[in-house]
Amino acid sequence: MDAVHKEQPTDWMRIHPLVVRITHWINAFAIFIMLASGWRIYNAAPLFDFKFPKDLTLGGWLGGGLQWHFAAMWLLAANGLVYLLYGIAFGHFRRKLLPIAPRAALRDVLEALRGRLAHQDLSVYNAAQRAAYLGLIVVIALLVFSGLAIWKPVQLQELTALFGGYEGARVVHFLAMAIMVLIVLVHIVMVILVPRTFPTMITGRARRMS
Amino acid sequence: MKKNGMEASLSDQPEGQIRNIERRVFLKQGLSLGALALLSGCELTEDESVQSVLLAMSRWNDRAQGWLFDPSKLAPEYPESAITKPFPFNAYYAEDEIRLVDGASYKLELSGRIRDRKPWSLPELYALPQSSQVTRHICVEGWSAIGKWSGVRFRTFLERVGADLGAGYVGFKCADDYYSSIDMATALHPQTLLTFRYADQILPPKYGFPMKLRIPTKLGFKNPKHIMAMFVTNTYPGGYWEDQGYNWFSGS
Repeated sequence: MDAVHKEQPTDWMRIHPLVVRITHWINAFAIFIMLASGWRIYNAAPLFDFKFPKDLTLGGWLGGGLQWHFAAMWLLAANGLVYLLYGIAFGHFRRKLLPIAPRAALRDVLEALRGRLAHQDLSVYNAAQRAAYLGLIVVIALLVFSGLAIWKPVQLQELTALFGGYEGARVVHFLAMAIMVLIVLVHIVMVILVPRTFPTMITGRARRMS
Repeated sequence: MKKNGMEASLSDQPEGQIRNIERRVFLKQGLSLGALALLSGCELTEDESVQSVLLAMSRWNDRAQGWLFDPSKLAPEYPESAITKPFPFNAYYAEDEIRLVDGASYKLELSGRIRDRKPWSLPELYALPQSSQVTRHICVEGWSAIGKWSGVRFRTFLERVGADLGAGYVGFKCADDYYSSIDMATALHPQTLLTFRYADQILPPKYGFPMKLRIPTKLGFKNPKHIMAMFVTNTYPGGYWEDQGYNWFSGS
């Protein structure tokens, strides 16, 4: 550890651009609100044979849950738009998330399950990470569109029809939520397993490993 | 070169000290996040400043929905075979508390920005031109059901009584002490019907005898039943659920 302390600042490398860090934490906050309030809304008319524990929900009652959900949706959408525009315009996606190689992703997942995490250089995502982060973007987009289809099944009825109508959109919205929760849980477990990735999402930099 | 000087003075600091400061900041942020998490969702929602932000967002959502509302966009209609049987009963009270209205003595009262405020009896209302719709009723809770309602286009009725069609709101008072209000654009929508029949039968009490305003472009709670009086106004009238926090516009 002491040897590391004496290293010069040139040994720091930039991992996450400022825009990515800011949108990451706004997104995390918005997702947390959407999830907890969404579970409260779900409980008012459960699609399946279970309810979410009340302590894990936000809003107190249905009206409160709806207020949170329809307030945070603007934050989620606006922040997501900034992130997507940045990612496309400044080549962030092309550099960090592409190309995706399904076979390589599978190999990395299996390696990770054996406890061999190929994540020495924090500035380069391995294939499993690329697949997960791209998957998360797709699944959140799906949540936004299926959510719009539920919110406006008359004004946006063409969109609602794509999901098989109002009831179909409810099912898609729920399943997309479940997949998102799964990806986020794996993401959090990975950060716990490789804790030095956590401060980099705040400071944007990490020490170069030699 | 000033900028570089600043960076140099920062990097002159012992590395460990900076790391300690960073660690302290993380700790502080972590603690306040923890404090937030300790509040249950309910307490957080009842906090006054949080409440005012949520209500302001709800008013903003009213405006956004008013802007999104297309007066000529029709709600999907379904074949009669798609009707949900039995159509669910829903109100803020249980089914054994349904209010019974006497049809023989019934008079619909009108007030506010309406030229002809003569009360309407049921035979007079039944004599107005009638049309039907099979549409999806979507509850604020999330469930939906398809039903068939028949009655007079609300626009026809408002024109007949000389309502101020440029006013902001139409408000309703109901026999079960329910009350609600809608925007004028929705009141004039071609599928907004003042209905007297459900599934071709006179509305039974549980579906809102003697009349229910059917609005397929709004959530179910914006479809008042047992309407006794209505008024046209420019003053925001609110509603039973709306005053407790449901979004006022609640368009579909």
